[in-house]
Amino acid sequence: MTLLSVRSLSAFYGSFQALFDVSLEAGEGETVAVIGANGAGKTTVLRTIAGALPVPASAVHFDGTPVGGRPAHELVDRGIVLVPEGRRIFPSLSVEENLLVGAYRGRPGRWTLARVYELFPVLAERRRQPGTNLSGGEQQMLAIGRGLMANPRLLLVDEISLGLAPLVVQGLYRVLRTIAGEGTTTLVVDQNVSQILPLAQRVYCLRKGAVSLEGRPAELTRARIAAAYFGV
Amino acid sequence: MAWVDTILQGLLLGGLYALFATGLSLIFGVMRIVNLAHGDLSILAAFLAVVAVEMLGCNPFLALILVAPLMAGLGYALQMLALNRLLGRGILPPILVTFGLSIIIQNALLETFSADSRRLNPGGIETASLSLGSSGLAIGWFPFITLGAAVLILVGLQFVIGRLSVGRAFRATSDDQETAELMGIDNRRLYGLAMAISLGIVAVAGVFLGIRTTFTFSSGPDRLLFAFEAVIIGGLGSLWGTLVGGAVLGIAQTVGAKLSPGWGILTGHLVFLAVLLLRPQGLFARRRRIA
Repeated sequence: MTLLSVRSLSAFYGSFQALFDVSLEAGEGETVAVIGANGAGKTTVLRTIAGALPVPASAVHFDGTPVGGRPAHELVDRGIVLVPEGRRIFPSLSVEENLLVGAYRGRPGRWTLARVYELFPVLAERRRQPGTNLSGGEQQMLAIGRGLMANPRLLLVDEISLGLAPLVVQGLYRVLRTIAGEGTTTLVVDQNVSQILPLAQRVYCLRKGAVSLEGRPAELTRARIAAAYFGV
Repeated sequence: MAWVDTILQGLLLGGLYALFATGLSLIFGVMRIVNLAHGDLSILAAFLAVVAVEMLGCNPFLALILVAPLMAGLGYALQMLALNRLLGRGILPPILVTFGLSIIIQNALLETFSADSRRLNPGGIETASLSLGSSGLAIGWFPFITLGAAVLILVGLQFVIGRLSVGRAFRATSDDQETAELMGIDNRRLYGLAMAISLGIVAVAGVFLGIRTTFTFSSGPDRLLFAFEAVIIGGLGSLWGTLVGGAVLGIAQTVGAKLSPGWGILTGHLVFLAVLLLRPQGLFARRRRIA
C-alpha cells in the first residue's frame, strides 16, 4: 500500500524554481533512497514533504490524504518527521532535552526515551551534556533519535552520512535497518550511493530538480545510475 | 550607614525594574522581537487596576488576580491577531507595529482617564517599614515585597523554561526556529504563550509601579527605557542577569540621587552607557539562551 505519494511537485524559493514536476512514491514499510548530486533538489523534496515549503495540497498525499503545504506541526501529528541536513541539534538543550523536543507533540507509539537510549547507548551516557558537545556521528544519532521520539510513520533522513567517518556511517546504517525492520517507512537522502542502495526497495535519482531515474535497485545498473546522477 | 541604606534602597528598586525587564527579555529571547509597547502595556495594566479598585473596592494587590490574567489574555490575542502576521518579514515591522501600539495605548488612556496622575492605594503598607535590628537601617515593606515578587516570578519562570515541555520549546525555538517547527512546535501558538506570560508579568510590574509612585497615561516610555537598560546591563537572554541588571540600575539611580537630587536618572543612564562600552554583551550574557 502506498503511504507517501508526491505528485508533479514543483517548488520555489521565491522566484527560483528548485523542483520541476517531481513524482515519487513510498510504500508502507519501504525504505526509499533519494540520490543525486549537490543542488539536485533532494533536500528540497524532503523539506517540502515535511511542510517547510508552501506547495499545493495535492502535490503531497500521505496515507491517502492531500497534505501538501500543511504546517509542519500538523504533519508531525500525522507521523511525518524530518531528520534535517546538518543535524540541527539545539545548542541550548542537553542531549536528553533534544530528544524530548522530538516528543513535543506527544504522538503515541513504540519509541520512548528508554528505547532510543537502548538503540544509541552513547546518548544515554551523555544525556546531561549539551547536545552540541557530541561528535558529528553522535550528533547524527541524536538527530535520528530525536526524530524517532516523534514516533514517525514516515521518517525522512537528509544526508545521513555527510561528513562522517566510514565506520560511523556503517553504524548508522545498521540503525536504519533496525528502524526499517520495525516497519517504519523511511526516505533517506545520501550521496553515498553504494551504502544506501542495498538497503532500499526503491530508488529515485534527482538531477537539476527533476527525477532523472527511478526503479528498484536490483533492476538498475551502475552505468545507468552514473548517467542519471551526472547527466552524462 | 547612610550609604548602606542608599545601596539597599537601590537594590530594592532594582526588584521593580527587574519585573519590567523580565517580560521584555523573554519576548526578545524567544521571538527576537522588541516590544516597544512594553512600558505602555504596564501602564495600561495599572489603569485597569485603578478601574478594578474603584469598581470592586478591593486592594490593588487583589486586583492583580483579575488584571494579570486579563493582560495575559490580551497578550495572547495581540500576538495571534497582529504580531504573528509579521513573522519572517525582518526586524523592522514588529518595531513599527509595537511603536504604533504604544501611541495608540497612550492616546486611548489619555482619552479614557484624562491626563491626571493616578496612584494605587494598598492601604498603608506602602509607607510601613521594617527596622533591621539596632543598625538603624529600615527597609520599606513595599519595596521588599516588590523584590520578593520579582524573585518569585523569576524562580517560577526559570522553572517553566528549564523544566517544562513548553520551556524546552521556548529554548529550542530561540536556538533554531525552523528546526523547532519541523519537530512539531507550532511557533505561532508558542509566541502567543510567550507574549501572554510577558504581559502577565508586566501587569504585576505596572500595578507595583502604581503603588510605589504616581503615574499618568504617558509614563510608559520611561518604564520601557529602564527595562531595556536592566536587560542590557544584565545581559540579553539571561533571566538572573535581568535581576542583577535591575539591581545595578536601581543602585546607580539611588546613589546618584544621594550625590545630588537631580542626578538619579542620569547616573543610571551613565552606568548603562559604561556597561555598553566596557561589556556590551552584558554582565551575565549567555549566547543565544533564554534560561
